[in-house]
Amino acid sequence: MEKLSLRRRLTCGVLRGLMYLAAGLTGALLVFLIGYIFVRGLPNISWELLSTQTSYLRGTVGILPNILNTLYIILIAMVVALPVGVGAAVYLTEYASNPRAAAAIEFAAETLTGIPSILFGLVGMLFFIQLLGLKQGILAGGLTLVIMILPTVIRTTQESLKTVPQSYREGALALGAGKFHMIRTVVLPNAVDGTVTGCILAIGRIVGESAALLFTAGFGLVLNGFRDALQSSSATLTVALYVYASERGETDVAFAIAAILMVLTLLLNLAAQLAGRKLKRKE
Amino acid sequence: MKQKESRKRFRRVMQEFCECAMHLLFLLCGIVSVAFVLFISVYLIISGIPAIREVGLIPFLFGTTWAPTAKTAEPSFGILPFLLTSVYGTAGACLLGVPIGILTAVFLAKAAPPKVAAVIRSAVQLLAGIPSVVYGLVGINVLVPAIQRAFHLASGACLLTAILVLTVMILPSIINVSETALRAVPREYEEGSLALGATEIETYFRVSLHAASSGVATSVVLGAGRAIGEAMAIIMVSGNVPNLPSLFGSVRFLTTAIASEMSYASAGSLQRQALFSIGLVLFLFILLINAVLNLALKRRAN
Repeated sequence: MEKLSLRRRLTCGVLRGLMYLAAGLTGALLVFLIGYIFVRGLPNISWELLSTQTSYLRGTVGILPNILNTLYIILIAMVVALPVGVGAAVYLTEYASNPRAAAAIEFAAETLTGIPSILFGLVGMLFFIQLLGLKQGILAGGLTLVIMILPTVIRTTQESLKTVPQSYREGALALGAGKFHMIRTVVLPNAVDGTVTGCILAIGRIVGESAALLFTAGFGLVLNGFRDALQSSSATLTVALYVYASERGETDVAFAIAAILMVLTLLLNLAAQLAGRKLKRKE
Repeated sequence: MKQKESRKRFRRVMQEFCECAMHLLFLLCGIVSVAFVLFISVYLIISGIPAIREVGLIPFLFGTTWAPTAKTAEPSFGILPFLLTSVYGTAGACLLGVPIGILTAVFLAKAAPPKVAAVIRSAVQLLAGIPSVVYGLVGINVLVPAIQRAFHLASGACLLTAILVLTVMILPSIINVSETALRAVPREYEEGSLALGATEIETYFRVSLHAASSGVATSVVLGAGRAIGEAMAIIMVSGNVPNLPSLFGSVRFLTTAIASEMSYASAGSLQRQALFSIGLVLFLFILLINAVLNLALKRRAN
């Protein structure tokens, strides 16, 4: 074999080196991030931190309210976004006979994904709080997040609706089922995995969201019941992390929350991967 | 007999009504998502215009001083510092993140052993899922002191730190989308190039990357969109002072200007309205980026 010229060998060597360097850098970055957060965060997690609320009198810090607020927000956002998102996806794949309408909905969903979350926060505050007169709280925050996660739910449900074989639909219709009956008993049950994946992704986004919640759900660190939290300023875990880190200077608490968030992210990622794999196997 | 017949007919009418109702319901769900976009756009424009009108478009966009609550002098609402900071920050993050991201994507799609690729791929996915405040937290505790020491600064919270944090944050979108595009390159292209005597590396970078160029372009645009819209991570590491941008100076971005002042701007004040106008400017930026993205996608479809 003829030997390559020095210049070509050099270019190849440099490019290969750069490629390994970049990949190594990405890998190292992740190992460092996870390691650093766990090393600084895990020792600060205690039962007291998880099960109490912050008290100025006793000088203790607790994040129970923030954990609950996060759960409440997930609950509200999902209860609203799931039916609407699945409904929109069903319309797009099963009903939309007008391609222009379908294209408009898809374009809208895509535009929504690109909008930065701080703008969602801004509009959420203007609309739900200034216009509709809600107070800062879980309700306004949750409804703002609904707008944010709708595209995710729509897209994943749509993907899995598309994988339901056309013959299932034809079979159901041939047996005399009405369209809605067919969708309810044949199409939707076969598209559950995709919807589940969408929900997991959406929950991941809600857990990690902070900018959209600053002015809609607020900064409150006080423990409230579900009904009170709806209309009173309530910080989720991410917002609490921001407050503790930048306004209170409680770095240890912030790292403990960061470690909890990392664990949640890991779990949600794993769940999404499992659900996605199941979906792929079906195809 | 007749009763049975009429019951049957009633049931059929009911069923048809039900079908019709469900059709409408599903249509409504679809319309809601379109309505949200229209609604967000209209609302941002309506609430962003009054302040621009009052300040004037040119002084608002090109004014260099942001002092909305100045007591001794006339309050001033120039957002050029934020605009430039956002543009520089995004450009800087792309400058660093795009080469690293594309090189990693080539490695994952072409050169890596499958097991290594699978590990790095799930790592990248995790990187994408980490909440932005966590990046900010690590930023203030690791990067800020490190940069302060390395460059002997009074404070390490500066544009450079923000750029570094943004770089890490846009890596996942660049790697994921570029890798998908690289995998979609037909195997024959590469085989042809190898058969003509090019080395593997030359093939990856000259042929595969070229064939996947529109997908790679899409990934860069997505990354830029993420960088310009990020707020919470960089509010913690950029110093948050409305200076004209310099690499080692404290700066404030479009996003962080909104985030940091909204909580204390009093309702109905010009300051609050100016913040909405900043939101409008940011929205226009995103629309521009989206338009570029659609153009790239269309080119790929062709």
